[in-house]
Amino acid sequence: MKWETVIGLEIHAQLATKSKIFSGASTAYGAEPNTQACAIDLGMPGTLPVLNEQAVRFAVKFGLAIGAHIAPYSVFARKNYFYPDLPKGYQTSQFDKPIVGLGQLDIEVGGETKTIGVTRAHLEEDAGKSLHEDYHGMTGIDLNRAGTPLLEIVSEPDMRSAAEAVAYVKKLHTLVQYLGICDGSMQEGSFRCDVNVSVRPVGQEEFGTRAEIKNLNSFRFIEKAIAHEVERQIDVIDSGGKVVQETRLYDANKDETRSMRSKEEANDYRYFPCPDLLPVEITSSLLDEMRDSLPELPAAKKQRFQQQYGLSAYDSEVLTTQRAMADYYEDAVNFSDGEAKLVANWVMGELSAALNQHNVDIVNSPVSAERLGGLVKRIADQTISGKIAKQVLELMWSSEHSADELIEREGLKQISDTGALEKMIDQLMADNMDQVEQFRAGKTKMIGFFVGQLMKQTQGKANPQELNKLLQSKLKE
Amino acid sequence: MSIQSEDVLKIAHLARLGIEPEQVESYASDLSNIMVLVEQMSQVDTSDIEPMAHPLDQSQRLRTDVVLESNQRDALQKNAPAIEDGLFLVPRVID
Repeated sequence: MKWETVIGLEIHAQLATKSKIFSGASTAYGAEPNTQACAIDLGMPGTLPVLNEQAVRFAVKFGLAIGAHIAPYSVFARKNYFYPDLPKGYQTSQFDKPIVGLGQLDIEVGGETKTIGVTRAHLEEDAGKSLHEDYHGMTGIDLNRAGTPLLEIVSEPDMRSAAEAVAYVKKLHTLVQYLGICDGSMQEGSFRCDVNVSVRPVGQEEFGTRAEIKNLNSFRFIEKAIAHEVERQIDVIDSGGKVVQETRLYDANKDETRSMRSKEEANDYRYFPCPDLLPVEITSSLLDEMRDSLPELPAAKKQRFQQQYGLSAYDSEVLTTQRAMADYYEDAVNFSDGEAKLVANWVMGELSAALNQHNVDIVNSPVSAERLGGLVKRIADQTISGKIAKQVLELMWSSEHSADELIEREGLKQISDTGALEKMIDQLMADNMDQVEQFRAGKTKMIGFFVGQLMKQTQGKANPQELNKLLQSKLKE
Repeated sequence: MSIQSEDVLKIAHLARLGIEPEQVESYASDLSNIMVLVEQMSQVDTSDIEPMAHPLDQSQRLRTDVVLESNQRDALQKNAPAIEDGLFLVPRVID
């Protein structure tokens, strides 16, 4: 039987506010346990929530960016369950009246564009963290994260392969960072992904029973977990069994999903409107303000890069995935006097390699866009060769100097002076008559010997085109 | 709709309420009476009335996004039964 995979995603994006969604406690990551958990976050009796304006604005901004309907009135609801890292005994979330309604996002897979529906996005608070290391047989609770604002983004079950799911997650990941509403850090848990997967025979209308996979904190894990889960479900059905609706955890070490012991009645959350919070009203003036504040979005930027800079679709995609990289690129192009293609090669090639190697984000690149642009300018005007430019980039990495200063200081300027090169060639030929004879006898590969010797003599500074031209004509004399 | 003993036990469990076995019957009957009242209200035609989320006819006031709280961990942990390394300690929970 041929199977079709059906995937829907729930993404929790931690909103980049300074304070929590309902209290004035800090949301900064990495603080000492419980030093950023105030009486409201702890659910102390008598405390009341006050909604953070920025969280609302961020949610609206997101909704506008995916062309969604923004609810003029949205309502907070209580999702009731007991767990020690949820001190109030309920999570304040949104249920039947979310702030962001139906929207959409385009993804590209294998050269094809596909539109993925975004069912809704709602505001909610995060829970704390349980530490299961052994505290004398007890569990440690850190509530610093409790009350951190989240935007839960729920997709339609529109994806049909792991590749589509990953493309969608990456698109969202790029988008929330463009909008500046989420830092996107998957390691720190600012951008988390739960995947709903089911399979059905090709042609069947109704969906199969789905399993939800949690704990996916990298794009690679999402892809692997889906692939594994699809295989598991097909195996279950093929061997006469039935897929049960459950939550499964992905174990990256073993590359498998396993069932979380599902607690009895775990899904009976008994939602009801939160009496402590009034409905949230989104005025048309706020909508206008947020619409005006939208930056150029990734898809538009990608298209502009292709047109304005003559880049390929692939290069434009790579350069616009991160807003910071796109900004860096455009700055560098300006400083290079418009060497768009060459700058693209250097940003995606040598610079990215160095950033990866040192595990540095492009925002913190030791080589600024201005300095990289200056370097590319000198390649373009043939002051230095591409090979020497790599040396200069290395020197720039560990200094504050410009390309021009380093080229000057290290004497790296390319030798294009025909007279000087000719003199060196004459001398080299006189010293190596054997090789000259061989070349003239038809062993044309021998030119490599001369190029090598001259590059060695000039420490790579001879202009390669000029050198080749001169050698060809002299050896043939 | 009448509430049965099983419903009472389920609701009590979900709300983590301890109920003595001999109380179950009387809770079932009390809750059933409430449901009767609810059913009575359901008779009213509300088809042209917009459901409200809150009895106050106002919208939520918003707070400017600034950090106002300082670290009060010592004070806030004074009534915790067990703490260590700044953490609250609770009976072991296994997922």
